[in-house]
Amino acid sequence: MHLINLTVNAEEVRIEVDDRWTLLYLLREVLALTGTKQGCGKGECGACTVLLAGRPVDSCLVLAREVDGCDIRTIEGEAAGGELSALQQAFIDEGAIQCGFCTPGMIMSARALLMRNPHPTQEEVEEAICGNLCRCTGYIPIVAAILSAARKESS
Amino acid sequence: MTENLIGGSFPRIDGVEKVTGSATYAADMKLPGMLYARLLTSPHAHATIRGINTEKAKALYGVKAVLTGADLPYRVGLYMVDKPILADGKARYFGEPVAAVAATSEEIAEEAVKLIEVDYEPLEPVLDAKKALEADAPLVHPDLDSYECIRGVFCPKGGTNIANHFRLKKGDAEEAFTRCDKIIENEFYVPQVQHVPMETHTSIAHWRPKGNIEIWTSAQSPFAVRHLLSVALGMSQSMIRVVVPYLGGAFGGKAGIHLEPLVALLSKAAGYRPVRIVATREQEFMTLPCRQGLHARLKTGVNAEGRILSQEIEYIWDAGAYADYGVNIGRASGYSGAGPYEIDNVKMDSLTVYTTKPFGTAYRGFGHVELFWAVESQMDMVAQELKMDPVEFRMKNLLKPGATTITGEEITEYTGSVRKCLEEVAKEIKWGETCGETCGDGGARGRGETAPADAPSDVPSDGRHGSRSEGKVRAKGIAVLHKAPAMPPNTASSAIMKFNEDATVDLLVSGIDYGQGTATSLSQIAAHELKMPFERIHFIWNKDTDFSPYDWQTVASRFTVMGGLSIIKAAEDATRQIKDVAAEALNVKPDALEVKDGVVFVKEDPLLALDYTDVVMGYKFDNGNSIGGPVIGRGSYIAEGLTNLDPETGQGLPALNWTYGAHAVEIEVDTRTGDIEILKLVSAFDVGKVINEDLCRGQVIGGCVQGIGSAIHEQYIYDKAGRLLNPSLTDYKIPTVKDIPHEIMPIFVETPHDKGPFGARGVAEHPMISVPPAIANAIFNGTGVRIKELPLSPERVFLALNPGRSKP
Repeated sequence: MHLINLTVNAEEVRIEVDDRWTLLYLLREVLALTGTKQGCGKGECGACTVLLAGRPVDSCLVLAREVDGCDIRTIEGEAAGGELSALQQAFIDEGAIQCGFCTPGMIMSARALLMRNPHPTQEEVEEAICGNLCRCTGYIPIVAAILSAARKESS
Repeated sequence: MTENLIGGSFPRIDGVEKVTGSATYAADMKLPGMLYARLLTSPHAHATIRGINTEKAKALYGVKAVLTGADLPYRVGLYMVDKPILADGKARYFGEPVAAVAATSEEIAEEAVKLIEVDYEPLEPVLDAKKALEADAPLVHPDLDSYECIRGVFCPKGGTNIANHFRLKKGDAEEAFTRCDKIIENEFYVPQVQHVPMETHTSIAHWRPKGNIEIWTSAQSPFAVRHLLSVALGMSQSMIRVVVPYLGGAFGGKAGIHLEPLVALLSKAAGYRPVRIVATREQEFMTLPCRQGLHARLKTGVNAEGRILSQEIEYIWDAGAYADYGVNIGRASGYSGAGPYEIDNVKMDSLTVYTTKPFGTAYRGFGHVELFWAVESQMDMVAQELKMDPVEFRMKNLLKPGATTITGEEITEYTGSVRKCLEEVAKEIKWGETCGETCGDGGARGRGETAPADAPSDVPSDGRHGSRSEGKVRAKGIAVLHKAPAMPPNTASSAIMKFNEDATVDLLVSGIDYGQGTATSLSQIAAHELKMPFERIHFIWNKDTDFSPYDWQTVASRFTVMGGLSIIKAAEDATRQIKDVAAEALNVKPDALEVKDGVVFVKEDPLLALDYTDVVMGYKFDNGNSIGGPVIGRGSYIAEGLTNLDPETGQGLPALNWTYGAHAVEIEVDTRTGDIEILKLVSAFDVGKVINEDLCRGQVIGGCVQGIGSAIHEQYIYDKAGRLLNPSLTDYKIPTVKDIPHEIMPIFVETPHDKGPFGARGVAEHPMISVPPAIANAIFNGTGVRIKELPLSPERVFLALNPGRSKP
């Protein structure tokens, strides 16, 4: 076990982690932040995407002990003060959700994009989420939602 | 909001839960004392299990139970009870579960699995469904004759690998072929593919000391899980409780029953501690079921005018190791297997055949994606042979009111119109006009009249198919489709509307919303029928067999129709109760009353009114006397008038309703790479009545993209020993955001169905059907090359366009 300090959704966390734990395991099984999903455990589907120092990562590929001192943001941190973000609202309004299992990871990838590029083009949106698999929506409403949120958030 | 309740666009009611990560899926749940299960799977496609040594695994610290097939003398299955819970003395596919462990952590369970020693004696694998039919083929199920199924509805042949032989005979196909001007015969193939729900199969079970079982599971059909488990274990249904929380995609792969019996028995073996299993992605591919493969042979006879006079069809379904669900795919695709065409003479054999591969189950379209690959490719090839435009050829033969289907069902004005669907997509894709910009003459080829008269379909011929040297060819293609819900003739649904003190309504049904939006559209129907604001309908999300009313299964695009009809009846029942109480309270007759927006009032004197809050828990007179009581509306619906089909001729009424559709695509083929870019996909469906337009569009766009997966990207690949080579999302590609069409345009035709709620029909599966042949037809129209096997991968397309280049 290994003692680490990190920030998760702006809250400080101090915890002993097993060397074998992934960040995904720490979030879901230990910190009970189950909004982040496991779709493959191998970095192939993007369902477990979280922000690590503002960058999107597959949390199944990051070891928990590596995030010592890091700032982590998960889907649970997206609705500040309980209010849905423009991005979350756009996902609902544009029909960008069906089963919802890819949605948290998809929103985190989109959030990372909008943080570094508030005015993305459609191609940039597609590039940002091309590592996030969705089997239900056909992606078109997801791209529309992210572009719509970008317009709202930057206006 | 009571306006536009039917036909408007209401945002899905599960949106907030899903965008905040607070929607709870089965794998998000933990129970006190819960154990974690892992599976040992077979490394052989076909092998006798001579012995299993579990001693070392059992001795590992933290291991609470180890089970093998020898511990579990049960078989489960929906239509054919052929599936052991763990391999029973014989492994029938690579990936089949052979042993299972429950331990205090996933790591320990995984470690224990590695300590289990299995002594296998490999047997000859059976990897080709056609070869499985040969007399000397090894038998996958030597005991087939002893398995339970409804004989007569299903026809297994003991001593062979045939799990079901569906026969259909209409008219006299053989005689009719003698009258044909042209006879065109072709063979087609569809490989096995996977559903790939983003959530892998997950089940938690708790066998309680009292002898009852509680299950939380990622299932499409809680009552089917309960029923099949009760049959398999010989327990009363009342002793089993099945709860379905949020479900992360299903597409048919979570219908029927899967890991639930195993975790239940592990829980019992572990001393009544709850046990959870989450399938790994690898197991999702190789252990859980997939979609069946299909070998199809179609022989079509036409006269010179382009009417189809006769059709002979042979479908050989590669069921894989088990056919518990698969036998019904063979049956359902049999009775609709000639497509939406009026053909007087049809002979069909649809064989469900065991092989030693992962087994097939329901998958969006239930056999129709596969069979329409054959039918709609064949129709274009027949049109080509007749030198006739493919749209014009179809229009001569498509079903219309007054025609009869191949099972003898009469088409009426309420059945829906495949012709309108085809007209709409042809118009929208500008059928007959050449493609834009760098287009070859694919569009003109689509019209037919400029098609080369005698060009063999596999050789690019006359240089009029777009300029090869530029490397890209644009072309259009079309295809039509139909499908009816495949279900037993006595399939039933029910609904309960339970009023709360504040006159909101708890709506209980057992159809699962795994993303398709049923919860929202059914809430709209409930609000409309109760004449109450949408916001006052509280749809109960979790389905729980202890509390929710019965439903057969959430499959077959049937729930908006059957669930909707149950809700309409429940609303009538609730409204009648409200009027009865109000009538007594207001001293009028019940039929003098009307309801709206949660108020019951006298029609002639609307000021004489009662708010629902004063009625739905019972009405109290001023003196304290009370009448009525809590209002609970109840409604149920059972499919009426359906029949079993004649086992020899396939004649009868199998279908509650038919949903028709058509696709038109414009594609660009890169002849240098074999890459296909879909520029535009237009898809029309006769849904009868749109209940929620946004959700309908969502089904179409998502279904079309899944169809593109089947068309271009997806297939199971095996080595010679039958080992699945691509059980991962790296090696098995589903479409990403970069693989989708530039534009998808859904079109809804509304020919009301006389029995559906507001005239509606289901449309969940249909968008996926016939996407592959529409693309293949476009490839032919652009290049003159006909491809008869899926997927239309760059490799296959390139090799077809460059016959000189052999596979490296």
